[in-house]
Amino acid sequence: MAEETAPAAEAPPPPPPTPLEMLGQAVSTVPGVTAWKIEINELVAQVDRAALTSVALTLRDDPRFAFECMMDLCGVDWPEREKRFEVIYNLLSVSKNQRVRLSVAVGTNETVSSVNAIWPSATWWEREAWDLFGIVFTDQPDLRRILTDYGFEGHPMRKDFPLTGYVECRYDEERKAVVYEPVRLTQDWRQFDFLSPWEGITTLPGDEKVFVERAEEKRPHPVGSPEVSGSPKVKG
Amino acid sequence: MNDAVNLDQKPSSKIVEIDSHSINFGPQHPSAHGVLRLILELDGEVVERADPHIGLLHRGTEKLMEYRTYTQNVPYFDRLDYTSPMAQEHAYCLAVEKLLGIQAPDRAQWIRVMFHEITRVLNHLLNLTTYALDVGAITPSLWGFEEREKLMEFYEAASGGRLHANYFRPGGVAKDLPTGLTERIAAWAETFPKFCDDLEELLTANRIWKQRTVDIGIISPEDALAWGFSGPPLRASGVPWDLRRSQPYDKYAEVEFQIPVGRNGDCYDRYLVRLNEMRESVKIIRQCLAKMQPGPVKVQDRKFTPPTRGEMKRSMEALIHHFKLFTEGFHVPAGATYTTVESPKGEFGVYLVADGTNRPYRCKIRSTGFAFLQATDLLCKRHMLADVSAIVGSLDVVFGEIDR
Repeated sequence: MAEETAPAAEAPPPPPPTPLEMLGQAVSTVPGVTAWKIEINELVAQVDRAALTSVALTLRDDPRFAFECMMDLCGVDWPEREKRFEVIYNLLSVSKNQRVRLSVAVGTNETVSSVNAIWPSATWWEREAWDLFGIVFTDQPDLRRILTDYGFEGHPMRKDFPLTGYVECRYDEERKAVVYEPVRLTQDWRQFDFLSPWEGITTLPGDEKVFVERAEEKRPHPVGSPEVSGSPKVKG
Repeated sequence: MNDAVNLDQKPSSKIVEIDSHSINFGPQHPSAHGVLRLILELDGEVVERADPHIGLLHRGTEKLMEYRTYTQNVPYFDRLDYTSPMAQEHAYCLAVEKLLGIQAPDRAQWIRVMFHEITRVLNHLLNLTTYALDVGAITPSLWGFEEREKLMEFYEAASGGRLHANYFRPGGVAKDLPTGLTERIAAWAETFPKFCDDLEELLTANRIWKQRTVDIGIISPEDALAWGFSGPPLRASGVPWDLRRSQPYDKYAEVEFQIPVGRNGDCYDRYLVRLNEMRESVKIIRQCLAKMQPGPVKVQDRKFTPPTRGEMKRSMEALIHHFKLFTEGFHVPAGATYTTVESPKGEFGVYLVADGTNRPYRCKIRSTGFAFLQATDLLCKRHMLADVSAIVGSLDVVFGEIDR
C-alpha cells in the first residue's frame, strides 16, 4: 500500500496533522525524547534512559499531556540487540483521553531509575520487571521478587531461560518437606520449525541458478515476511 | 538511686514495648478470593501495614504464549480471570486483529459485544455475591449463582464450554450462535432486571451491609488515578472513565448506555457501581440482539480463519488452508500494540509484540487486579482486621489474572 500512495502524494497538499500526530510532535519537544512514531494508531516515544524521570514528570504535570495514570510497565528481551532490554511504559491521560507508550532501551549492566515517586502504581510492575527480566530499578525502595517462588533463581522471561525452567518441586513424603530437584522430562519439549519451505529454504538443491536470477529481479524481502501464508494486505 | 545508675549508661537504651503482631491472612482464607497471602501487621485489631504476597498461582502464561501460535493462545485468556473469560479473549483478539490489519464482520462484532456484556454480568454476579458472603450475607450468593448458571448455559450453547469458552477468534468468533439462543438471551434479559431489584432489596438498604461497607476503604479520585485504578473502583471514586465510551472498540460506539459513577470511593459505592453496571449491561445486550443481522461471523479470508467442514470436503485449497491454519497458524507482521478493553474489572490490556512469525514475540498482560491489590496497603491502613475482607472483596481481585 505504501508504494501505491507514494507517487500520488506529490499533487495534493499534505493533510492536516491528526490529534495523535500533534501529540507526537508535542511529546518530541520534551527533552529526553529521542524519537517518536505512530504505530497502528498508537503513539510510541523513545526515551533516553538518563532522562526518564524528567520526561515522566513532564508528561504527568504538563497540561498538554496530563498523563496522570501509568497503566502498565513491562520489559521486553531482545538478546540480539546491543542494549538487550526494553522497558515499556504505557501511559494514559484520563482527562485528555490519550495514550502514549514510552520505550527505554537498557543494557545488561545498566539500571533504570524508578518512576514510583511519579506514579505509585509503578512499584509492583517494576518488581515484576525485576523478577522476570532482571532489570534493576534504582531508587525503588521495594525491589523484591513478586511472581516467582520464594528463593527462586534466575529471570524466567528472558529468552535464554528455558520454558521448562531448571528445577521442579514436589512434596517428599520421607523428608516431610517440599524438595526442589532438577527438571526431568521423559520427553523433550517439541518445537517445530514452522518456517515453511516456501519461505525458509530459499535455495533448493540443484536450483541455485533460478534463485540467483530471482534474487536479481527482486530484492529479497525480510525473513518471515508473510508472503505465502497470512498476507495482511487482504482485507476481510 | 535508679537515676544515678542510668546516668552511667547510654541515655537512649530504654525498653519500648510495642504491642504489634503480624498475621498471615491466607493463602487459604475463604475471603482471600483465591490464593492471596496478606501479611498484616496489626496494632491490636487495627491494621498498620498490609503486604500482599502474590504469585502463588503464577503459571508463566506469558512465557508459555511465546511458544504457542496465535490461535493456540486464545484459551490462555480464559484461564487468567476465570470469572470473565470472554472479556479477555476480546482484548487479545482485538490486539491480533490490529496487528494483522483485519476487522471482524458486523455480526461477529455484535456477538462479541453481547457476550462481553454477558461476561460482565457473570463477573459482577460472582463478585457482588461472594463479597456479600465475605461480610456475612449468605442469601445473595445462593441467588446469584442460580442466575450465573443461566448465563453459563448461554456460554455453553455458543461455545461448548461453561467457563472456559475459547469462543472469540482473531477475525471474529469461532462459530455462529445456535438456533434459538438469541430468543433465550432475550427472554433472560426481560427477567434479569427483576433479579437486580431483588438483590438490591437484600443489600442496598441493609443495615449490617451498610455498617460493614460505608466509609470503608475510601480512595480519593487522585489516589485512584495515581495507583492505576480503572473500572468500577475508579468510577466509584467519582471519575467517569469507561473505555467502552471513551475509546470504543467493536460496536460499543453504536450502543447507548449509562456509566454509573460513585461519589465516595468506599466499598459501598463500589458495590453500587457494579450493581448498576449490570442493569446497563442488560440494556446493551438488548440492543445487540435488536441490531444483530445475519451474516458471516468471521473474516472470509482463509489465510486467517478456517473454512467450513463442507467446503473442505470439496475444495483442495480449503483443505490446505485448514491444515496450514491448525499446524502453522497465520503469521503476524512485525509490530507492537497495546490494546485495551473495559473488562468487568477495569482496563484489561494486552501488549503484544509480533516479530513476523506465527508466535508472539512477547505478550504482556496488563491485569486489572494487579493495580488494585497493590493499593491494598493504602486502603487497609488504620482499618479494623474485619474490614480487610470487605476491602479485598470490593476490589474484585481474581488471582488467575494477577499472578498470570
